[in-house]
Amino acid sequence: MTSQTQTGGRPDMAAPSAAPAIELRGISKAFGPVQANKDIAIRVERGTIHGIIGENGAGKSTLMSILYGFYKADAGEIFIGGQKTEIPDSQAAIRAGIGMVFQHFKLVENFTVLENVVLGAEEGAFLRPSLAKARTLLTNLSREYALDVDPDALIENLSVGHQQRVEILKALYRKADILILDEPTGVLTPSEADHLFRILHGLRDEGKTIILITHKLREIMEITDTVSVMRRGEMTATVKTAETSPTELAELMVGRKVLLRVDKTPANPGATVLDVSDLRVTDEKGVERLKGVSLNVRAGEILGIAGVAGNGQSELLQVLGGIADAKGTITLNGKPLSLSGPDSDGRARRAAGITHVPEDRHKLGLILDFAAWENTGFGYQHRPEYSHSGIMDNAALRADTDGKMERFDVRPPHNWLAAKSFSGGNQQKLVLAREMEQNPDLLLVGQPTRGVDIGAIEFIHQRLIQLRDEGKAILLVSVELEEILSLSDRIAVMFDGRIMGERLPGDTDETELGMLMAGMDGKAG
Amino acid sequence: MDLNTILQLLDSSLRLATPLLFACLAGLFSERAGIFDIGLEGKMLAAAFFSAAAAAVSGSAWVGLAAGCTASLLLAALHGVASITFRGNQLISGVAINFLAVGLTVLIGQNWFKLGGRTPPLQGDARFQNIDLPLASTIESVPILGPLYSEVLSGHSILVYVGLLSVLGSWYVLFRTRFGLRLRAVGENPGAVDTAGVSVVGLRYSAVLICGMLCGLAGTYLATGLSAGFVKDMSAGRGFIALAALIFAKWRPWSALGACLLFGLLEALGNRFQTFELAGVTMPTQLMQALPYILTVVILAGFVGKAIPPRAGGEPYVKER
Repeated sequence: MTSQTQTGGRPDMAAPSAAPAIELRGISKAFGPVQANKDIAIRVERGTIHGIIGENGAGKSTLMSILYGFYKADAGEIFIGGQKTEIPDSQAAIRAGIGMVFQHFKLVENFTVLENVVLGAEEGAFLRPSLAKARTLLTNLSREYALDVDPDALIENLSVGHQQRVEILKALYRKADILILDEPTGVLTPSEADHLFRILHGLRDEGKTIILITHKLREIMEITDTVSVMRRGEMTATVKTAETSPTELAELMVGRKVLLRVDKTPANPGATVLDVSDLRVTDEKGVERLKGVSLNVRAGEILGIAGVAGNGQSELLQVLGGIADAKGTITLNGKPLSLSGPDSDGRARRAAGITHVPEDRHKLGLILDFAAWENTGFGYQHRPEYSHSGIMDNAALRADTDGKMERFDVRPPHNWLAAKSFSGGNQQKLVLAREMEQNPDLLLVGQPTRGVDIGAIEFIHQRLIQLRDEGKAILLVSVELEEILSLSDRIAVMFDGRIMGERLPGDTDETELGMLMAGMDGKAG
Repeated sequence: MDLNTILQLLDSSLRLATPLLFACLAGLFSERAGIFDIGLEGKMLAAAFFSAAAAAVSGSAWVGLAAGCTASLLLAALHGVASITFRGNQLISGVAINFLAVGLTVLIGQNWFKLGGRTPPLQGDARFQNIDLPLASTIESVPILGPLYSEVLSGHSILVYVGLLSVLGSWYVLFRTRFGLRLRAVGENPGAVDTAGVSVVGLRYSAVLICGMLCGLAGTYLATGLSAGFVKDMSAGRGFIALAALIFAKWRPWSALGACLLFGLLEALGNRFQTFELAGVTMPTQLMQALPYILTVVILAGFVGKAIPPRAGGEPYVKER
């Protein structure tokens, strides 16, 4: 056990009984040669929000899977409310009062909220009485914890935030006392995340114990009471949130000093590389997604596009990257680009000097079942260095990939591994390596650090700055305001297919940008 | 077309729809639970053979029914082991079962009965006899409803009525019971069922076995109700037509009844009107008899609305880390 945890004696904030809600002792779990959890000890006090933080692959999810009965620990003991408990399956976890909200929701999309809540916890063999009983209970629970959701709505018609509420309701319906949330804010908008935090506070004040698994330092600082840090399968520390700092936590997570703020010199912008004016895009449903966007990016600067997801940023990237058609004008280094027809595809854009790191690396950036060396060649496979009269030079591609993996610190450095076998951060590095090393005039980057752990974020940010300092133009789209603020030399905010305004990072703050992102003009009020 | 012809047509539609209906409901249970089953055809054929063989030997249609269902259940269990326990490809397992049934029935049939793969013709109690529903003769004189009841609905073998009741039963089980909720959920998102503490494997096996049972009924009816004995390849693609009907019905029991009756009607029309004149041109017999198959192609080509299959269909369930 780590030295920071307290044992009983001291009066604790909301704990009437001395027994902790959960105590784990000496939990170990190995998958073949990989030791996912090593002698984990943790104590979670009743009525607290306990954060577990660590990079991807640190063993957080494995630990929680053990607690929820998905895996059997190789060694160690679990105590729930002071009682030694065996958790061989999910049923046992539910009986022990543990509820789990997974990162990817476990909901049946074409069932109603009510049906999802009762699934597996029905009262009897017949549905109607179970559903009727659940309806009353659900209404009470919703009211009690401000978890408004229509019991008769189909899941597929609900927003992600509401779906998550259904998951919480499911756990509460099963009388969970301990709620585990795995990366709950990864899919939420900032305001949905705030609402979730209010709900979690409410639940804690009612005496529930909450375990929050995340890799986001900000969330930990904002809502937890205690935080445990995991690194490479080990629990490296447990501290009171009030007594720590993001810098200290980041260091504990990564095992070395981490720069949370990006270190950069002022930009030295040159000539205009990209000039976009009056860009309009209408989607197949006839909805106008871009309503006359105009902007420019100069050599040696990063233009950051801030905005809540779905306000036209994706369409902007797609048009520039040659994936979607549009109306308006785009010039690159003074030369106009086609916006429809065969000369406007991705290959033409690459030939023109634009490379693209797409927002969704799983759908657009990589072919997950293909090897790393195949993935780092995509889009450039026809180039003479990789193919000769239509025959691919696989050896050259592999050798080239080895170099890219070394320069971008992709781990493990095996070019034959399928893209899906890499962690999120390493996948992103593969895409970045492919696109950045093409020596583009303009680099388009969408959500460069989505689902990427903190060590890799630092690396990616440094690389982007480095590319800027080499005099390249970079258009950065991100929903993470912090990222926009720390990387950009200029910030444009998009709302409803328009640019709401441009700001310099030194002259603005999150509040003003937040207003613009919500469609309110900062100045006019 | 006079009233009598129409009544006879409807009567034979119902008869011909019955094996389709059983097979369609069988597919419904399996696919709703996320297990694709193109082996309906093979299970039906095996059930047809073993029911006919057992009925021929024992002289009892009921013994035939038991044998037919057992054969079908064994093949269903095989499909379950391959696709649930060993997470194999469900289509390949289904194809294998179809081939197995085609070969095995003829081979065993020849070995046992030496009739070129046929079973001896079934007579008397070895077939399911037609039964008259109560009051059939009494209300026969009531206009329209009377003949519909006594001519069309009444006078079929018991399996036809079991088939009709199975629609009601399937609907009730799927949409009004806990088992049904879980079964539908496991075909949509097995992860949700698993994390709710319910066994995905158990549910899927139950569904596959129900499917086997219903295919057994389909095959038994084919050999001991619709015909009087087994002949080679007697299922004649009905298992696939049932799959088309299932898609047409969008995986819903009552719609499945409608779809199967439509296919039954087409088959009845083909049998009844061997030649048919349209605008002075005589349509060939083959065209009339191909009607159900043509409709199958049309449906499978997606001309009939958008059918969304259960989302987890065809995918073996592997627990996430």
